[in-house]
Amino acid sequence: MTDTRPPKIRIRDLHKSFGAKKVLDGITLDVPQGTSFVIIGGSGSGKSVLLRCILGLIVPDSGSIEIDGENILTASTKRREALRSEIGMLFQNGALFDSLPVWENVTFGLLARKRLKRSDARTHAGTILAQVGLDPSVGELYPSELSGGMQKRVGLARAIAATPDILFFDEPTTGLDPIMGAVIDGLIVDCVKKLGSTAIAITHDMASAQRIGDEAAMLYKGRLIWQGPATSLMNSGNPMVDQFTHGRREGPIGMELRK
Amino acid sequence: MANTNTAVILCPKPQSTHHTPTQALTCPAYQATAVGLIDLPHCYQERQPQRMDIVLNLVARLGRATLALIRAAGSLALFALEGLSHIVRPPFYGRVFFGAFMETGFFSLPVVALTALFSGGVIALQSYTGFAQYHVQNAIAGIVVLAVTRELGPVLAGLMVAGRVGAAMAAQIGTMRVTDQVDALTTLSTNPMKYLVAPRLLAGLIALPLLVLIADVLGVAGGFTVCVMKLGFSPHAYIVSTLNSLKAIDVTVGLVKAALFGFLIALMGCYYGYNSKGGAEGVGSATTAAVVVASILLLAFDYLLTDLFFSQ
Repeated sequence: MTDTRPPKIRIRDLHKSFGAKKVLDGITLDVPQGTSFVIIGGSGSGKSVLLRCILGLIVPDSGSIEIDGENILTASTKRREALRSEIGMLFQNGALFDSLPVWENVTFGLLARKRLKRSDARTHAGTILAQVGLDPSVGELYPSELSGGMQKRVGLARAIAATPDILFFDEPTTGLDPIMGAVIDGLIVDCVKKLGSTAIAITHDMASAQRIGDEAAMLYKGRLIWQGPATSLMNSGNPMVDQFTHGRREGPIGMELRK
Repeated sequence: MANTNTAVILCPKPQSTHHTPTQALTCPAYQATAVGLIDLPHCYQERQPQRMDIVLNLVARLGRATLALIRAAGSLALFALEGLSHIVRPPFYGRVFFGAFMETGFFSLPVVALTALFSGGVIALQSYTGFAQYHVQNAIAGIVVLAVTRELGPVLAGLMVAGRVGAAMAAQIGTMRVTDQVDALTTLSTNPMKYLVAPRLLAGLIALPLLVLIADVLGVAGGFTVCVMKLGFSPHAYIVSTLNSLKAIDVTVGLVKAALFGFLIALMGCYYGYNSKGGAEGVGSATTAAVVVASILLLAFDYLLTDLFFSQ
């Protein structure tokens, strides 16, 4: 490693329990500037909780999370809000505001930060929608009138609207057909490249993980059990990762689903 | 069976020996079950159920319920304070406030108006049957205006709005919560308490007194209509009698009650919606709880305020 710049996101020994259930059990992770990082793992392995901790939606029990060398857990509320505004998030089911038309959804963050005048918002939304391959006329529709793939695109448009330094993707291809999944992945790669952002995506779609990721890590029972280049996901040499990526029923990850 | 996340506290006594009831109470394994730390340890399973258990279980259940109640009251109070503090701190979301105000005030008008009209009429009709026996029919106008301005206006309008608007608020915010829209707000530099809760609290606080003012007028109109059209009163005499019994303090206290009720209704809708979890079922129970708790609190506070202002 010759890169001496501090990592964009540095996580040290992060713990979080809900009641007696340990969800994060000592996560240590560095995401270098400009990298696209993919976290894979089964349902309930703590992927979403990890993202929510970095976003500040969940307060971890112990450990530290640094963005650009600044610990967000000990920062003042104001500073934390400023750091958070540098993160764009694509939620699993889009989480579009269903009471607002698409154009207002897309420009919501910009309007909230007063970086855009309301009178200009419609046209600006059109240009952002074009970046995710949608016609500007979609801006006049309501989220409930859109198909799943279009909702994902609008969610992506909303996440990139403020040109954030960091982008989070929570299972970007879940619930989409394979072609639409590939389209969304392509858009994500384009957006991340264009903005030069650091990205973290969580997924259990292997094709998608290899398409969007530079680096990859696997989360299992609240711990990172493997980390390496995304291209080596399918032949990592780690028996647990192998079982997961190839979807084998037999292997070190037992059937604990039926407790 | 062995849950890895559960601490197992073993009973120090050998398996072969049994505890007497008093020994069992001091056994660490038994105590752990009593406070719900672990599942049945072996000493509890071995032991025959004792009569003490029923008493202890009852006490434990009572204690747990009391703690839960205190916890809920505390979190509700904190929620209310935070919501109130956001009403006075910028940025303000005028658009959201306007929407909530229209929903709470304007669109509740038909329901509240009809309720007021009919209840004013009913009061006139009912008091006539009683008062006619003593030939004091002249007091009916006074009774109607007193009942409507002091009680029926604020309470019935409040209950109608709780059913209509409190439920809608809980359902809307609850759905936003379970579909991650509340979290999405946070990621888009918007405080959800400020954006979702504060405007609704303010809308309730302002809209209900206005609604009750209209309900007061319509309630009296309902009494007037029944007395004049059905019971053959002179319109002129009824109006004069009404104006003579109309007191500023009655109307004012009614409006103060209305403001408090409006706040309570919006608070319950927002609180239960904001804290709902678990998909459609969670939103459903949040909606029910918002309406039920708002209605009960509304009646309880109605009594307290009446006691405060009118009992001498």
